[in-house]
Amino acid sequence: MKIKIVEPFRFRTRLTLTEVTGRKAFNIAELLEGIKAADDAVIYHHTHRFIKQSHHLVPEGANDFAYWVTNTVQADRLGEELTSIDIVQYHSLADIREAFVKMLERHISENSDPMRIVAPGREFHFMRAIRFSLPTEGAAGDYAGFIECLRNVSVSSLYLHVFEARLRPPYGVDDFSHWFKINFNDEIIGKEISRLDPYSYTLESLRQRIIRIIEHRLAEVSRA
Amino acid sequence: MPKIDEYITSAGPSAIEELKIIASRLKGKTILNVNSTAVGGGVAEILSRMLPMMTELGIKPRWELIKGGEDFYAVTKKFHNALHGTYQKLTDADFQLYRDILKANMESLNLDADVALIHDPQPAGLIDKKPAGAKWVWRCHIDLSNRQADVWNFLHGYVSRYDAAVISAPSFSQELPIKQFQVPPSIDPLADKNKELTDAEIKAIMARLNIPTDKPLITQVSRFDRLKDPLGVIEAFKKIQPYVTARLLLVGGSADDDPEGSQVLAEVRAAAEGASDIIVICLPPTSNIEINAIQRASTIILQKSLKEGFGLTVSEALWKGKPVIAGAVGGIPLQITHKYSGILTRTIEGSAYWMKRLLHEPAYAKKLGENGREHVRENFLLTRHLRDYLLLALYLESGRQDFIHL
Repeated sequence: MKIKIVEPFRFRTRLTLTEVTGRKAFNIAELLEGIKAADDAVIYHHTHRFIKQSHHLVPEGANDFAYWVTNTVQADRLGEELTSIDIVQYHSLADIREAFVKMLERHISENSDPMRIVAPGREFHFMRAIRFSLPTEGAAGDYAGFIECLRNVSVSSLYLHVFEARLRPPYGVDDFSHWFKINFNDEIIGKEISRLDPYSYTLESLRQRIIRIIEHRLAEVSRA
Repeated sequence: MPKIDEYITSAGPSAIEELKIIASRLKGKTILNVNSTAVGGGVAEILSRMLPMMTELGIKPRWELIKGGEDFYAVTKKFHNALHGTYQKLTDADFQLYRDILKANMESLNLDADVALIHDPQPAGLIDKKPAGAKWVWRCHIDLSNRQADVWNFLHGYVSRYDAAVISAPSFSQELPIKQFQVPPSIDPLADKNKELTDAEIKAIMARLNIPTDKPLITQVSRFDRLKDPLGVIEAFKKIQPYVTARLLLVGGSADDDPEGSQVLAEVRAAAEGASDIIVICLPPTSNIEINAIQRASTIILQKSLKEGFGLTVSEALWKGKPVIAGAVGGIPLQITHKYSGILTRTIEGSAYWMKRLLHEPAYAKKLGENGREHVRENFLLTRHLRDYLLLALYLESGRQDFIHL
């Protein structure tokens, strides 16, 4: 196992500013058209915001589209299907958009009944996320330092490094796993983190899980 | 005014660290705010607390007030009401008066700044004198979803020349050729209305107000206005009275200078007549700490509005960690996710059902309260409000990219 550190892990955080596009959907067909026309910033807002914003709530594997279809349009079956789209398994926002489009197109083709139109005031508003990536004071050069930083960083930082990281190269890999692999040739941490399902934890409990994984590895590495 | 680090306890250390990082990229920049009043009203209240924080963060905030006579404010009051959806008759002379007063203000105000936030319709016309290179934002605090066409068309000519517009909720957005951003309003966790109180302080205030606390209190704090549906609240409470041990507390202003308010208050008192567990009290407008104590002493808080702007009183209640039952109108659904961070209702029957259920399921009620408080911590505190303004300034200053790496 290498002990020389190439580069300390510098924790960053993600903040967003919400742009209102003015586009609205009053039924499922309009939702589909809006998603088809949506750029990455729109897809990001409606799929990633939800997990982060609701991190203190009972974990709910959902996104804004699924939430609106379930709770406002009250199309339970479709809502459940949209909820099942596991956004962290996709490597690009375009792929996530495509998954929603396919599911909505299939639903529309299979259902010839008149679509429910929601009342004014309950429509879906398409929004965009202007994303800011900021440095934090957290930086770590070893396992113990990493655990210490992890205890203190914001959930936004955790979210950025664990989930959003998978949307950029190296695709599908979180930043923490990548750093341990490159600097310590430690692939076990990556394997453990990749098994964590974001829909089964709040971000706070996810933080505790990751800390436990690294603490466990630190003990093993120290013994070795 | 509190120092920025004093907000760490309520907003969390990361929120304050983030503010400092963002502000470091705006160091020395001048951010100008222009509105119509220095005291009274939500905008002045927020600015008076936010601007010292900007200074502490190394930004140079400035605050200018637009000046006009009674006739000008009569016209802008009509603008305000018309934009809110209450029909107003406006004449050519009214619009001309607006132009004339704005022109006079352009001569006297110092509008020099890197970024300017121009609040609401009163100063919107100042855009005619926007300095070259400055970034101007029209900050609209009004719900425009039912706006009167002639007033909006008039303002549209000004607003469409800004660099961006800011609204409080997506439903307030309008067709504009400029980008629109959502920045919800906020509460100050260190203000008298929201700051932490000890049990002894709460007890003393409740005793001073003669409010008994021997039974769980279900409370609605709002002015006596039909749109807050106080009579519906009483009806809902009467439905559950056979099944629960609780008191209903309706707290509002004295309504002395509001004829309609006095009428509603009289009706509320009549409806509560003879019901020993319904208490109606009027407090002066400065009773911030009293309202704080009442909310903290309550078991459930109601905001059964039939129409609402943003309805920030909901965030004030949620901040006290209380389960809130509120009407699903205006900005309230942004503050409450039904059955997760509070309860949204649309009927008297629904309000009654949830009051009874939350009284009987204290563990669930507690969870709602905890989630609600965390939702407010994340989204509706003054520090988030300031952060959004600073991010917007950065966005405008950094060439309006969708992704900004600092």
